[in-house]
Amino acid sequence: MTVAMRLGGVAAPRRARGHVSERARSEHRLAALLCTPAVLVILAVTGYPICYAIYLSLERFDLRFPDQRGFVGLGNYGEVLRSGYWWQALTVTAIITVVSVAIELVVGLALALAMHRAVVGRGLVRTVVLIPYGIVTVVASYGWQYAWTPGKGYLAALLPESVAPLTDRVATIALIILAEVWKTTPFMALLLLAGLALVPEDLLQAAALDGAGPWRRLTKVILPLMKPVILAALLFRTLDAFRIFDIIYILNQGSNGTASVSMLGYDNLFVGFNLGIGSAISVLIFFIVTIIALVFVKLFGAAAPGAEARKRR
Amino acid sequence: MGTRWGHKCWWAVADLAIIVYALVPVLWIVSLSFKPLDSINDGRFIPAEFTWSNYQQVFRVASFVSALRNSIGIALISTGLSVVIGTLAAYAIARLSFPGKKLLIGGTLLIAMFPQISLVTPLFDIERKVGLVDTWPGLILPYITFSLPLAIYTLSAFFREIPWELEKAAQMDGATPFQAFRSVIVPLAAPGVFTTAILVFIFCWNDFLFAVSLTSTEASQTTTVAIAQFTGSSEFTEPTGSISAAAVLLTIPIILFVVFFQRRIVTGLTAGAVKG
Repeated sequence: MTVAMRLGGVAAPRRARGHVSERARSEHRLAALLCTPAVLVILAVTGYPICYAIYLSLERFDLRFPDQRGFVGLGNYGEVLRSGYWWQALTVTAIITVVSVAIELVVGLALALAMHRAVVGRGLVRTVVLIPYGIVTVVASYGWQYAWTPGKGYLAALLPESVAPLTDRVATIALIILAEVWKTTPFMALLLLAGLALVPEDLLQAAALDGAGPWRRLTKVILPLMKPVILAALLFRTLDAFRIFDIIYILNQGSNGTASVSMLGYDNLFVGFNLGIGSAISVLIFFIVTIIALVFVKLFGAAAPGAEARKRR
Repeated sequence: MGTRWGHKCWWAVADLAIIVYALVPVLWIVSLSFKPLDSINDGRFIPAEFTWSNYQQVFRVASFVSALRNSIGIALISTGLSVVIGTLAAYAIARLSFPGKKLLIGGTLLIAMFPQISLVTPLFDIERKVGLVDTWPGLILPYITFSLPLAIYTLSAFFREIPWELEKAAQMDGATPFQAFRSVIVPLAAPGVFTTAILVFIFCWNDFLFAVSLTSTEASQTTTVAIAQFTGSSEFTEPTGSISAAAVLLTIPIILFVVFFQRRIVTGLTAGAVKG
């Protein structure tokens, strides 16, 4: 409310003088005031901690041996990069990310096309599809875990006797991907559905008149027009899948070599109590995510969600 | 005409498949939550007999009751603050021109994509030093921060849809920028703000990583963590029934949002990403 009074008192008389530059200045001031809280929170809770993480990553800092704390340069990074666990977790994370995002794109596109053409129960379909999106990941993960537990689950009952998928590494990774795909495909589908709405109907009719079948219409008309939306969705989902944590934590705690990089970072902090190594892992993950984002933006020209605001002014 | 009808049939089958896809895993947990202890391991999708005992059991667990209180309180406060802060910034982004706008958008974008684990380690150490670990503010702060990008994008997309002229007209009539904001934009923006609040609430309600890292006792532990730490009523019983019942309870608000505000949620989710 103090903001309101200051703005009211400052801005009104200035505009009365009719000065364009004054007006612009008051606009800048208003903008600064409005953005300050957001900027402060962001700097305090992400900006400062990430700098602090870089600092911590250069130190030997084990909570079990606080006396041995000291500067070790890039030693922690060397230790992480020499560790088999890191590369294993990175591989697992990369596989989960690539496979699940690829499946999500295909299934999501199919879902979007079905929802776009839905004639009966359109509202119902859009409502139920939001349930996987909204459901708490921990909840969904327990559902999958029980479903695949032999003797307990309806899905395990479909498998041959004495097969326990969650004890096998490859099967577990496949099930992690399944759980991830189930939960996040609806989000992908809704983004693509909104993109489909941008494809002009008469263009499709014209293509059909020219003899283009459904497949050609999809690949030659719909997909090229949807490219910006697809790229934005892919970028968003890739970075989101890369930080996968909840599903693995619930399904099997990352045992049998199925830990993701986020699991590894968590374990180093809360099982290993090693802040130095944990921070080095944090910084490395941050670095990788930045590279992925840069590749998407520079190589594919992806405009991330919200970036259209830049074009506006 | 025949093929057209065939097409309709085909799409109807596709719709049905989507409904099965979305509901079966959820109904499975519901089914588990109603199974009595002696048949919970029977592997049947539909319970042979129903019981409420799992629900009664879960409310007898003190840690779950306090976790429910913590979850609701923390999610509501975080949502409120995030939406207020996000509304201010989104208004500036959608309506005003100012230096540093690109930087602000880029910065929030960066956070939307930020690997949260990267923040957990330093945040844990910082919160440990200032005594915020295992407190409500200790969770509310990261929740606000990580939901802000969502709030800012969704809100600024909604704000851009609001007719400019009305605000101009109000200013023409002598309203200050703030008066124009309050009496013209706010009523028009309310649906967008409400939608954003739902999305932010779902985000906070869903979080597990921050909750499991930054809380340790009933003082601030949220439901997602409490469930993961459930033990059976005795050391020989598995907590499957209690976990399932708690899981269903956590899903109820989500189902309510989705059923009552489906259209808004879909608009909100896609607004930031698609509209140019």
